[in-house]
Amino acid sequence: MNARLIILMLLLMAVPALAQGFAGLGGDAQGFAMPRRGVPLAFPRDHGAHPDYRIEWWYLTANLKGDDGRDYGAQWTLFRSALAPEERPGWQSPQLWMGHAALTTAERHYSAERVGRGGVGQAGVTLAPFSAAIDDWNMVGHAKPPADELSALTITAAGEGFSYRLELDAQGPLVLQGERGYSVKSAQGQASYYYSQPFYRVTGSITVDGKEIVVTGQAWFDHEWSSQPLAKDQTGWDWFSFHFDSGAKLMGFRLRDQGDGFTSATWINPDGTPEPQPPGALTVTPRAWAEMKGHRVPVQWNVSLPARGVAVTTAPVIEDAWMETQVEYWEGPVRITGSHPGVGYVEMTGY
Amino acid sequence: MLAQGFLALLSHWRRHRLQLAMLLLGLALATALWSAVQAINGEARASYARAAAVVGQDRLEQLVRADGMRLPQSDYIALRKAGWLVSPVIEGEKRFDGERLRILGIDPVTLPREAAQVDVGAEDIGLSRFITPPGLFIVSRETADRLAGAATPPLSISEALPSGTVLTDIGIAQDLLDAPGQLSRLLIDPRQPTAAKPLAEVAPHLVRRAPVAESDLSRLTDSFHLNLTAFGLLAFAVGLFIVHSAIGLAFEQRRPVIRTLRAVGLPLRTLIGLMVAELLVLSTVAGLIGVALGYGVAALLLPDVAASLRGLYGAEVPGTLSIRPSVWGLGLAIAVAGTLASAASRLWRIAAMPLLAPARPRAWSLASERSLRLQAAAGLALLAAAWLIVGFGAGLVAGFTALGAMLLGAALILPLLLSVLLKLAAALSKGVVAQWFWADTRQQLPGLSLALMALLLALAANAGVGTMVQSFRQTFVGWLDQRLPSELYVTTRSAAESLQVREWLRQRSDAVLPIWNAELRMFGQPVQVFGIADHATYRDHWPMLEAEPDAWDRIARGEGVLANEQLMRRAALRLGDTIPLEAGVSLPLVGVFSDYGNPKGQVIIGVDMLVKLFPDASRLRYAVRIAPDRAPQLAADLRRAFDLPLENVVNQATVKDFSLKIFERTFAVTAALNVLTLGVAGLAIFASLLTLSGMRLSQLAPAWAMGLALRRLALLEVLRSAALASFTMLAAVPVGLGLAWMLLAVINVEAFGWRLPMHLFPLDWLRLFLLAVASAVLAALLPALWLTRRRPADLVKVFANER
Repeated sequence: MNARLIILMLLLMAVPALAQGFAGLGGDAQGFAMPRRGVPLAFPRDHGAHPDYRIEWWYLTANLKGDDGRDYGAQWTLFRSALAPEERPGWQSPQLWMGHAALTTAERHYSAERVGRGGVGQAGVTLAPFSAAIDDWNMVGHAKPPADELSALTITAAGEGFSYRLELDAQGPLVLQGERGYSVKSAQGQASYYYSQPFYRVTGSITVDGKEIVVTGQAWFDHEWSSQPLAKDQTGWDWFSFHFDSGAKLMGFRLRDQGDGFTSATWINPDGTPEPQPPGALTVTPRAWAEMKGHRVPVQWNVSLPARGVAVTTAPVIEDAWMETQVEYWEGPVRITGSHPGVGYVEMTGY
Repeated sequence: MLAQGFLALLSHWRRHRLQLAMLLLGLALATALWSAVQAINGEARASYARAAAVVGQDRLEQLVRADGMRLPQSDYIALRKAGWLVSPVIEGEKRFDGERLRILGIDPVTLPREAAQVDVGAEDIGLSRFITPPGLFIVSRETADRLAGAATPPLSISEALPSGTVLTDIGIAQDLLDAPGQLSRLLIDPRQPTAAKPLAEVAPHLVRRAPVAESDLSRLTDSFHLNLTAFGLLAFAVGLFIVHSAIGLAFEQRRPVIRTLRAVGLPLRTLIGLMVAELLVLSTVAGLIGVALGYGVAALLLPDVAASLRGLYGAEVPGTLSIRPSVWGLGLAIAVAGTLASAASRLWRIAAMPLLAPARPRAWSLASERSLRLQAAAGLALLAAAWLIVGFGAGLVAGFTALGAMLLGAALILPLLLSVLLKLAAALSKGVVAQWFWADTRQQLPGLSLALMALLLALAANAGVGTMVQSFRQTFVGWLDQRLPSELYVTTRSAAESLQVREWLRQRSDAVLPIWNAELRMFGQPVQVFGIADHATYRDHWPMLEAEPDAWDRIARGEGVLANEQLMRRAALRLGDTIPLEAGVSLPLVGVFSDYGNPKGQVIIGVDMLVKLFPDASRLRYAVRIAPDRAPQLAADLRRAFDLPLENVVNQATVKDFSLKIFERTFAVTAALNVLTLGVAGLAIFASLLTLSGMRLSQLAPAWAMGLALRRLALLEVLRSAALASFTMLAAVPVGLGLAWMLLAVINVEAFGWRLPMHLFPLDWLRLFLLAVASAVLAALLPALWLTRRRPADLVKVFANER
């Protein structure tokens, strides 16, 4: 999911306090470890942080339905970025953390952001049990061994006007993206380690402007880490994660550049078997545009993957799902119609 | 026509270059002193504002411990985990090669944007360098210069920081301050999520503190700057006397020109307009020179001012000036406004003058006895007003208004007083020459009265401020003896060391008296709380102003509080009032002590009470009693035994020395301004005598014709000037004493919170008297010299000229 690599880079570039460590991104990885083909991922170890890699994130999106019958969406993300490929005690830690949380209703999109330093206990990821946290936002595992540490999670977050508490229960296995977790990102060969857990069933409650709503739904978790810079000509991306009613899942993205762009996708069977698609197999076309907070953004898409007979259209729960964080982007829940009906999440940056 | 008219008016100055020089000089000097004070104040205020704005303290709410002590870092984490958007700050002091610096540690990642003065992510700093040991010191250029060569982390320059302050990463600062895991306060981000848990649940020992819009510093130093401003104004007023007299003279001398211009058809309105334009040009030129000069004076004075502000208030003000547009604007404005005000009455007279009024230049428009009386009556009214303001007014501004009214009133009475004195002298004198001398002096009085009034103001200010400073000094020295009875003062570096040092000293000295303290806010101001032991040292020496008879017993039992005079006055306390110490604990006020030189309020309680109420009070300092001849040896032994730095063990003499040094520097500025004001007054006399000398031939010629030699006449001119200065000095002494009384009993009480007894120093007056006479003689010398060089033909012409 190269898209999120860019988001993190842009985010950190725009935060003046955090920018300096990334000024060298156009060059080499400055002593950071690089993903290598053929290195197997090991769990639970690889659920934790990898401080010798430059960037890393734990990313969760949930499509929810309230007991009032309406559609909702929730996002919970923890980013890690390292100024140096090591960990040091206390305030000396070069690890920086950033959290994004959002809650989407049909009327309004709420978003919030948190930042903090590693080493002092304000933010970080620990194992046994799994815990990813920044401030009062938590993603805590409570699975009983030998089940995977991520197979049962509680996530909480709160921002201005909203809060949520969701219980996540995995109905399927972890899914390794790309070549068994080694995910090639672009024609130039950039890569990351990347796996997902797209099979969560969700129960819980959300609170919007003081009103509590009981919700159920499904959620998608990504964990990805890398050190590599991106191509300079990439201007933004469009990323899609779909839960089809059939039980199958689809992850796809398009990186926009001066030319045709670069698309990639993974078809995930209901039993969790991934089928990586070759570059260019996925096509995405904007179907309708809308203007929000000074940005013109596609709000409906035609997405097709002919190899799997997929020809669907997305429509957002709310058009204005703009993240008002230090670097802004669009991220929100969508409904899917067409050959494979369902729900999903779309992320768009660079508009 | 317009141009010719203007040229005709201006031609006057070409023929009277000295007069022009005097006008410009007077105005420039007056503006200079005023601007100097403004520049100094501006510099100081800017640095207070920088200090107040550091890490957004002036805009952001903060969480602190109620007792002012540091809080554990775990509080920070707990609050963040409870949803509070707070950012940690640690603050402390540390010496680098003898330079004491305020260390300010921040976390640039969570710092609210309102608090971010310095862009830590900028190219020349870099977050990575900032947070990675050895870290980075962000300092002002001046601080960087002071630190040149010291063993510090790399420096980065930012002018957003106040002088003497170091901005660095929180982790680096904790290491430097030897305070791992400790914080001074937490900044509250204004964008708080609504869901955060209540403070009482998460960190009950923390309290919210409102943003401090005005720093304690600027409040404390306000009076200091008002004092300077008042002096600047006084100097300006004295300078205006010169301007007034020079303009008046020029207008009188230009009567023929004015008549001619009017006669050839220049409308009155145009004429007045031209004269105003002329004044604008002159005052602008003089104003510009004045402000430039003012910066020079300010640059000379600023190091002293900075030193005394640091000594008195701990306020860091850079010793270098920056150019402020406001000072230029204000300086120019006051120069122009002052000139126009000085000229208003003259312009009015020209407007009212008949077209063909006699164009006879006179020495001066002779003031009648009647107008002298009117003037004196106005002066008396001003004195009465001053008395009323002192009686019923309150506040520093009222104090200075009363001061101004008194000085101006005294100045207005002066001419009548001198006239009466001269009349008396004439009546008492025998001989023709002596009688002519007094009569001629009286005749000259109206022309000199303005300059003499300026002299009176300068002399009175000198005598008054001198008396105030000397009284303060005498009281202060005596008070230091009372306040510092112990032989040694020891500051330990940690709680553990404190215990060891105490035990060590106990075996080797007569008494070890703890000086432990905490900080709190009461009556809306920061107050220091000291705990002292029950010991004869205090009972016998402490400088009490008033106290209950059993005050010391009650302090020892933890049943009473002593307060310093400034707290007593600011909070309007009386013996027996209850003082709120800690939540729920209040004790009665049993005594008030004098505490000169301390800008803060202070209370004293028994040391046991202190430890009970403030368990975290700083317990690092001790006073040691020992036979004075054994003190140096004990100090040396103590330093060696605990490897204590030199400044941590000081003897009484050093403390006294240090205190006196601060005192001297504080008044160095006052003394400098005093001398400058006197200089301006001397110049005023010189200017008046100089311009009068050209016109006095008609009075001197008859005396010469009747046989008085020119040399003798010249001598008499000098004597006359000396006599007038002497009389003025006689009048200045009571005015000066009045001024001193007002400074000690009104201004100081308002400004600093303490009232001092007044002492008289007649020897100082004698010195001032000699100075006044000397400056008057000096001023009269040049005109007298010119007189001796007059050709007889000039004098004879007086009788021939049709005048």
